[in-house]
Amino acid sequence: MILRLLLNGKPVTTTIRPEQTLLSVLRENLGYTGAKEGCGVGECGACTVILGQRAVKSCTVLAAQCEGASVRTVEGLAQDDRLHPLQQAFIDHNAVQCGFCTGGFLLTAVALLERDPHPSRREIQEAISGNLCRCTGYVQIIDAIAACAAGEGSGEGQ
Amino acid sequence: MPLYGDGNKDSKGYTYINKFFPRVDAKDKVTGRAKYAADLTLPNMLLGGALFSPYPHAQVTSVNTEKARSIPGVRAVLTFQDLREEVSWGYYTFMSSRLRYQGDVSAIVAAEDGESLAKGLAAIEIEYQELPAVFTVAEALAAGAPLVHEGNEECAGNIWAHSRYRARKGDAEAAFAQCDRLIERVYETLPVEHAYMETEAAVAAPDPTAGLMTVYTGAVNPYFTRRWVADALGVPRAKIRIVQQTVGGSFGGKEELLGLTASRAALLAQATDCPVKMVMSREQSIIASTKRHPFLLKYKVGVNNDGRLQAFQAELIENVGAFHMHEFMNFRASVHAAGVYNIPNVKVDVFGVFTNTVTAGAMRGYSSPQLIFGSEQLYEEVAGELGMDYVAFKRLNMLRPGDENACGQKMESDIILPEILDQVFAATDFERKRAAYREQQDVRRKGVGMAMFYRGCGLGAESPDASAGFVCVHDDGSVMINSGLVENGQGLKTSFTQIVAETLSIPPETIHFIGVDTHTIPDSGITAASRSTVMGAQSVKLAAEELRDYLLATAAMMFHAEPSQVELREGMFRLTGVPDAVIPFQTVCNVHHWTGQQAGVMRWFKPAPLSYDMAAGQGKAFPTYSYGCVVAEVEVDTLTGEVTVERVTCGHDLGTVINHKIVEGQIYGGVLMGQGFALMEGLAVKDGLIRHKNFDTYMIATALDLPEIRVMLFESDDDAGTYGAKSIGEPATEGVAAAIISAVKNATGLTIRQIPINKVSLLTLLNRRSQAAATEDSLAGATEDSPAGAKENPQGAATENPKAGATENPKDKEGGEA
Repeated sequence: MILRLLLNGKPVTTTIRPEQTLLSVLRENLGYTGAKEGCGVGECGACTVILGQRAVKSCTVLAAQCEGASVRTVEGLAQDDRLHPLQQAFIDHNAVQCGFCTGGFLLTAVALLERDPHPSRREIQEAISGNLCRCTGYVQIIDAIAACAAGEGSGEGQ
Repeated sequence: MPLYGDGNKDSKGYTYINKFFPRVDAKDKVTGRAKYAADLTLPNMLLGGALFSPYPHAQVTSVNTEKARSIPGVRAVLTFQDLREEVSWGYYTFMSSRLRYQGDVSAIVAAEDGESLAKGLAAIEIEYQELPAVFTVAEALAAGAPLVHEGNEECAGNIWAHSRYRARKGDAEAAFAQCDRLIERVYETLPVEHAYMETEAAVAAPDPTAGLMTVYTGAVNPYFTRRWVADALGVPRAKIRIVQQTVGGSFGGKEELLGLTASRAALLAQATDCPVKMVMSREQSIIASTKRHPFLLKYKVGVNNDGRLQAFQAELIENVGAFHMHEFMNFRASVHAAGVYNIPNVKVDVFGVFTNTVTAGAMRGYSSPQLIFGSEQLYEEVAGELGMDYVAFKRLNMLRPGDENACGQKMESDIILPEILDQVFAATDFERKRAAYREQQDVRRKGVGMAMFYRGCGLGAESPDASAGFVCVHDDGSVMINSGLVENGQGLKTSFTQIVAETLSIPPETIHFIGVDTHTIPDSGITAASRSTVMGAQSVKLAAEELRDYLLATAAMMFHAEPSQVELREGMFRLTGVPDAVIPFQTVCNVHHWTGQQAGVMRWFKPAPLSYDMAAGQGKAFPTYSYGCVVAEVEVDTLTGEVTVERVTCGHDLGTVINHKIVEGQIYGGVLMGQGFALMEGLAVKDGLIRHKNFDTYMIATALDLPEIRVMLFESDDDAGTYGAKSIGEPATEGVAAAIISAVKNATGLTIRQIPINKVSLLTLLNRRSQAAATEDSLAGATEDSPAGAKENPQGAATENPKAGATENPKDKEGGEA
């Protein structure tokens, strides 16, 4: 079957099998490997993308249900070489270690700040509690999101 | 030295280290450009998969692959019958007819897509005969127990003979006879999953240009991976090229299953002459990868009534599962078993026992998280027996400069532990809280606890801590580093870049660190033991120093001066005493290139030899040690058994801090991993089969489990490591569980002898104590079954029973706070 998406603002069309997940379509059909498979059961959040306005775990979303939907992935956050303020804040706050979970955290944070530009630290913790990270202990990720929410993220591309 | 960041940031006078510099790989990681092995796609690439054992111990009696091979899309089906050699390193098998644990594989399949791969694996007709199995140390050591590796010369029954290590000092037996008190205790830990977010993955591609095969993967040691693959294909190592991809976390674990996955992909690539990608699912990763192994820790301590430790004896037995290739873990365990204390008589014996269950391997600490839990709890109990305050007891017996540790190594360099203890206790108001929390009767009770520890930096005497480092400069002034050590996420590329920047005195932005390609630099060993910044960067620093000398000669020629009159500072060559005589780095590099000067240097670093006698368990075990103290603050709900970790304060001896934000990141992650080890993460294994196969049942900490973490970094003067740096990757986690358990004891008065302690097991302990209090008289002298060698590993069982804690003092029927 044919699937049409608005992927990072650009229309794309691909042929999919009915049982494919959105993650599988992004990675295998479209070559967008920024979303990762960490568990395959919706527990780790490494596959997080923004579907419409909502951060979703793309390993548990059937691609066929996304016909015509807008999907944002980590590859779409920077505009040309200008980083998204959250990306810059992650760099400035050392919120990245192995990086496998990083894209998922960024998209969860983007969706959070779009619906609530000034979350408390606790609200940030709640928002990212569906994303697992084994390296960072979350502290510097929370610092980065909080700094961005407070308007400290420079947003300057490197 | 002062506390780092306490107004003394630049106290060591460095330009590019000892300060924050953004990670060199961060931009690729935040944009999704960083490629992990599973992200790769090559032309004509197939997918590979493996058939894992349904039993903990079985013999394949027949296998027929005809049906599987006939499935459309299936391109190759290989079984153990197709191998030239089943066994590789550490007795692991690429494929085998004899399946010794659930993670063993009998057949592999390559197919054009995931659907045909699944059909192909399902269509393999295979019959098994289940074999008698052993799962616990007690079962494995019982007379007449089934053997996991019969006929193996390295085994004595199920004991892995090569894993026997010892430490000896004085005469423990003789000392016991002279001591005022003898105290015996047993502690136990459960297996822990690494839970790196990226599972094991490899793409193997036939590559005649490189030799025979190129494998793209993310390994903790690409040279070990090369060995696995070369063994599987039966070719010299020089014909196998491993190109390291971004590694999605390792913590010591991306080795055995990673090597086997790479080998299996390579076997299928050879059979099909196509690239083959093999990616472990999370379930496969959990059942087949190594774990932080369960330890049974048996102690006997002799102490005098004045609180002085006189003798320490330990028998530390690890359940290593079906395979193990980390015998040196027990060297580290033997040296560190007694903790950071000065005890005149020591007898430590460590060994591993094979069973038909999940395999043991390196996991962040290399035995230390288990041992520090055991020994720190032990000393609290010993102090309690003496009626002494445990902190006073620990301070009294603490190692001091000039003392000898458990293997008789004289502590030559500074020991800043007293300073760390004082400052961490002051920052946490430790003593006041500890006293205040003792007499609580509320449902929710606060607790504060601590652990102190030390760690030999690097590999020490276990194997040569040698590595290659390469630095070269291009005509445009850009610099390239190559090292045999790998970026796992810990920040190695950034630290090494800063170290080269400091050595050459050029901005880090001009330096590019390429990842490991085994065709470009010699085997530099494993990126483990928290050795990389401390020891591994030495070779890179040496190379940069030599390169700097060549560049200084070129600059001197350009200044018409002697090299001794020229210096390179912050990207500029300067002629001493002539303020205007300045040439930019790039200009000198250009002349350097076009005059044909040496532009690249590879140097080899091997630390000064240590003198350690493994057979005797005595000698100089490590070049230097780092020291640390963790204070944990908890709240325990005595109705539900829930423990909330509220605050963790970590004081660590860093020697020299290379990049404080990277260090802090290591510590934050280490604290949550240690918290999991204390409270959440015992992997449930029943009759050799793992029950927790994914993150829906194996719980690791989320952002909501995060305590407030305070990091206190201490610097010291010790020139053993690169620019005086000491280890932090493993120290960051090793004392955390012990401190949390100490805090739970402060809150509840309960002694915990098995971790993790989850809600149910803590509640069981609390209930048992209230029942015991209700019928105290009738219960005097009661006994319960020891958990040691229990048939099943319940997640987080705990113990508080007199049998596990024998002592000469009859009052010891309940552990308690001093």
